[in-house]
Amino acid sequence: MEHPTHTLDNPPADQPVDAPALWRRFAPDLPAERVVWSEVVPGGGHWSWRLSRGTALRFVALDARANVSLVLYAAHNLLERYNMPDSLKAQHTAHYRAGHVLMSDMGRALASFTLDTLGWHDPLGALLDTPTMEAKYGVHRYEAHRNGMHRSGRDGLLIETGKHGLTVRDQIAPVNLFSRVVVDGEGRFVFDTERPVRGAQVELRMDLDVVVALSTAPHPLDPRPGYAPGKVGVAAWRCGPAPADDPCRRFRPETARALHNSDVFALS
Amino acid sequence: MTATAAAIRLQESPLSPDTATRRHRQPAGEPWFTTLRAGQTVRIVDLEGNQAVDVIFYAAGDNTEHYSATDTLLRQGGIYLTTGSVLVSNLGRAMLTIVADTCGRHDTLGGACAAESNTVRYALQKKFMHNCRDNYLLALQNADVGLGKRDLVPNINFFMNVPVTADGQLTFADGISAPGKYVELRAEIDVHLLVSNCPQLNNPCNAYHPTPVEFVIW
Repeated sequence: MEHPTHTLDNPPADQPVDAPALWRRFAPDLPAERVVWSEVVPGGGHWSWRLSRGTALRFVALDARANVSLVLYAAHNLLERYNMPDSLKAQHTAHYRAGHVLMSDMGRALASFTLDTLGWHDPLGALLDTPTMEAKYGVHRYEAHRNGMHRSGRDGLLIETGKHGLTVRDQIAPVNLFSRVVVDGEGRFVFDTERPVRGAQVELRMDLDVVVALSTAPHPLDPRPGYAPGKVGVAAWRCGPAPADDPCRRFRPETARALHNSDVFALS
Repeated sequence: MTATAAAIRLQESPLSPDTATRRHRQPAGEPWFTTLRAGQTVRIVDLEGNQAVDVIFYAAGDNTEHYSATDTLLRQGGIYLTTGSVLVSNLGRAMLTIVADTCGRHDTLGGACAAESNTVRYALQKKFMHNCRDNYLLALQNADVGLGKRDLVPNINFFMNVPVTADGQLTFADGISAPGKYVELRAEIDVHLLVSNCPQLNNPCNAYHPTPVEFVIW
């Protein structure tokens, strides 16, 4: 049996840590002295991180069909977590863009949109599950496709949140970065396939210590044929907590108060 | 302590798959969670040979009791499992007994692969490859019986050959299993089986070619 090539490309012993500065390729404007790590998450991939308040995640769509289903939990108490309806109604919005915050159920900003080149990220909580994925794209499991298998967003987030002790009961509605879903006059979802996404950037600043989990599986409303989720560059850098003149504080009175509540918690 | 703990004890089963109550083909690389009642017997068949099957057993109805590698090894006085081996829980109870084994060796020390440990063992860039820990977590999430990451204790790798050498090395050797070889266990108490049919492609535990296995239950 011929070995798959990826079993043979382990790094040499004299250069054991294969951690290239990937951020230089997809976010070269970041301040080098503040970058903590960077990743390229393959389409359909999943991962999670614990991040400190004052750390930002820069996301860059490296392909046309990038989507990031993302959930946030407060690290000090995983029972405090991103709350979709609280965030939407407090900011009177059905989309996220620069200035918005992602609020917890405790009235605190968990993260803020500090940079955004698209102007619309889908907050409506859709998540691709495996039956839907298989009905839409066919069955592509490990046995026949190895690591080219199709992965769903729901399973990816269950795996990642499970690493932090959370169970299926703790699943929450995610934010879908890079995706745009409009609602037509009759209330129907319409997924935007026209908007160019490749190269788009969005950044989330963490306003509390958080656990972030993500999946780069397709958005479930994406009507395009074929399972082809895009790669996403992710870089973490030390941006510092929101300053007094932060654009997100000035965005709306509600974002100012949510960030104030986070400040009070962090300083207490 | 038995003097034959390290021996290979081949034993064929008198049971016929024709009388089984359940036959389950487990695809390569995928998880499975199921339950056996006390007195039931399960056979795991290595359909194509040299496929590591990573299994943890839990006492059904008591999430504090699970297969314990250390208790099992201490009780039998050695590291390899084969016919006659009793799988002992962390509370000292016999959970299952290996009643037949045509392979002859099963690993208790190699554990289950994970994205995180793959980054250490092979390369940082291996982290998005499919792995047993992801399988375990997903199966437990979907089972939703109160088991989670804290319950992912050291597992058994059926059909995997992980010898400890006289000079104290742990080696991942070529398997001694072959197509159609099987191991059969009788449940002494009600048990959950948490299975990952290992998808590892970075070492020879699956001969670089993960394959399906079959579970036959009487």
